[in-house]
Amino acid sequence: MAEQRRSITAKVLLSLLILVVVACAGAMSGPAGPDWWRIPLALLERIPGFGEGGLGISSGVTEREWSIIWDIRMPRVVLAGIVGATLSLGGASYQGVFRNPLVDPYLLGAAAGGGLGATIVITTIGSDRLDWPVDPVPLVAFVFALGTVAVTYLVGASFGGMKTSSTLVLAGVAMVSLTTAIQTFILQRNSDVVREVYNWILGRLATASWGDVVLVLPYVVLSTTVLLFHRRHLDVLRVGDEEAAALGIPVARVRLTVVVAATLGTAAVVAVSGLIGFVGLVVPHMVRLMAGSTYRVVIPLAVTVGGAFLILADIPGRTLSSPAEVPIGVVTAFIGAPFFIILLRTRQVTR
Amino acid sequence: MSSVEFQHLAVNYGRRTVIRDFSMAVPSGSWLGLIGPNGAGKSSLLRSVAGLVKYSGDIVVDGSSLSLRSRSRRASLVAYVPQEPILPDEMTGREYVMLGRTPHIGYFGHPTKHDRAMVDDVIGRLGLDEIAPRQLGVLSGGERQRLVIARALATEAPILLLDEPTSALDIGHQQQAFELVERLRREHGLTVISAMHDLTLAGMYSDRLALMHEGSVVADGSVEAVLSAETLAEFYGVRVTVHREADGTVVVVPRREQL
Repeated sequence: MAEQRRSITAKVLLSLLILVVVACAGAMSGPAGPDWWRIPLALLERIPGFGEGGLGISSGVTEREWSIIWDIRMPRVVLAGIVGATLSLGGASYQGVFRNPLVDPYLLGAAAGGGLGATIVITTIGSDRLDWPVDPVPLVAFVFALGTVAVTYLVGASFGGMKTSSTLVLAGVAMVSLTTAIQTFILQRNSDVVREVYNWILGRLATASWGDVVLVLPYVVLSTTVLLFHRRHLDVLRVGDEEAAALGIPVARVRLTVVVAATLGTAAVVAVSGLIGFVGLVVPHMVRLMAGSTYRVVIPLAVTVGGAFLILADIPGRTLSSPAEVPIGVVTAFIGAPFFIILLRTRQVTR
Repeated sequence: MSSVEFQHLAVNYGRRTVIRDFSMAVPSGSWLGLIGPNGAGKSSLLRSVAGLVKYSGDIVVDGSSLSLRSRSRRASLVAYVPQEPILPDEMTGREYVMLGRTPHIGYFGHPTKHDRAMVDDVIGRLGLDEIAPRQLGVLSGGERQRLVIARALATEAPILLLDEPTSALDIGHQQQAFELVERLRREHGLTVISAMHDLTLAGMYSDRLALMHEGSVVADGSVEAVLSAETLAEFYGVRVTVHREADGTVVVVPRREQL
């Protein structure tokens, strides 16, 4: 066990290192900007004690170039990291409390609700909102995402009494169909904005700013903290509600807490980045295949690997067909699916 | 060492009564065998002790009511082995046994050095050192059963509830599992309450038998008193012959209807 704890710490540290390397790679790629090798130096020299008067690191990056790094690339890299980490953590947690490997964080309607909210804003306010001081789309999407999950929960709980998680899953299926149907209905009557809504649904990080990061950070930090504290409970839940309850775990309360925390984070990132598929479903499984199935390692690694995965997926998204962008949701599936199949295959061979 | 006393226990599922007015005292360190046809209420009785179903009446352990204890305190008094325990394929044997320490770990706590030492001790005493590092999915039925018992033992609960613990095992592994429980009962003074299908095995290991039928106890007492051909014919609807071996073992043999 002591060895196992040390190995978990080692895995987490290694994945953090990978995250930092990938983040640097993210900051180094893109059109314009300074030579790629100057960028890590430029970041380092601004850490107190590393630049002038300290270690004396000097990158020779001009103010204008620094602005490209700091105001355009870094918010995008950081936001991609946050979104990827939150979705994959949400997916791992949902898979844990529902004891179902095919579940993603959109199961209870966070994505469908967010999509409906965005559709309503885009169709009713339209381009007038560009004059508004704050873009209402993410705010309304966030509220709708949370609202939809809340309704799912109330419906599921009123029928199943929270004794089984399957009524909740079924309620989620019903709510997703309902909200999607409403969204389709609205879109069909406003076909002029289909393209704009479609772009939103595909997910995007292109317009990322530090403002987006600040907007989601409180929810994401809260969500991540709560979920990290419940990783041991998720392990106990693996033996089923009944046995977990006999072991003294307040099953219904744990499930509610985990679902609320994961939903809060998911709704926040859906609001700023749209619907990015694949990450929440598959990254937790990649982590399990690479590092083991106990939630003591799956939960922290879902955060780091999920973040690194989306930062990495975003690089070809903005460089391949530059200056046009490939939607991030397309890239995640395009890179992720083959990688996942290879991983599955090699693991089965070695087992 | 803990005694269990049922006082007018009743359990309803909706409008259906599954246990009615069950009263019985189980002395500390003894083994109570619950027998009876399917649907008699044996599982419900065990589940009510484990706190998994609502009941009226009272279950008193060492003089104080179980319903007054906190969830985790209750879990540290009563270890429950369900009829079909769920063993996640990817979990290692050791991680599984560690789950037994759950009642002793605070809500935000993690296993301490003491918890790990306790788990090592249980694994050692049950001879599971070779199985412990392996994943549950690759283990045999007998190995899995021993891990389930190890997990129950790791809770350090003085009361052990077994629901048809060996129904999936062959006759050799059934016997091994019961011998193991019997050994642990003697070593630790465990109080065992078990629901059992096999009447001969029930007779061999129980100090006392309770025959349940439609939620009520219809016969209870010593093995010899309860396992009679007439009683079994009445409540199971079977024709059996009951043999008494020289060493006192009672053997129940079913007989063909048509010869």
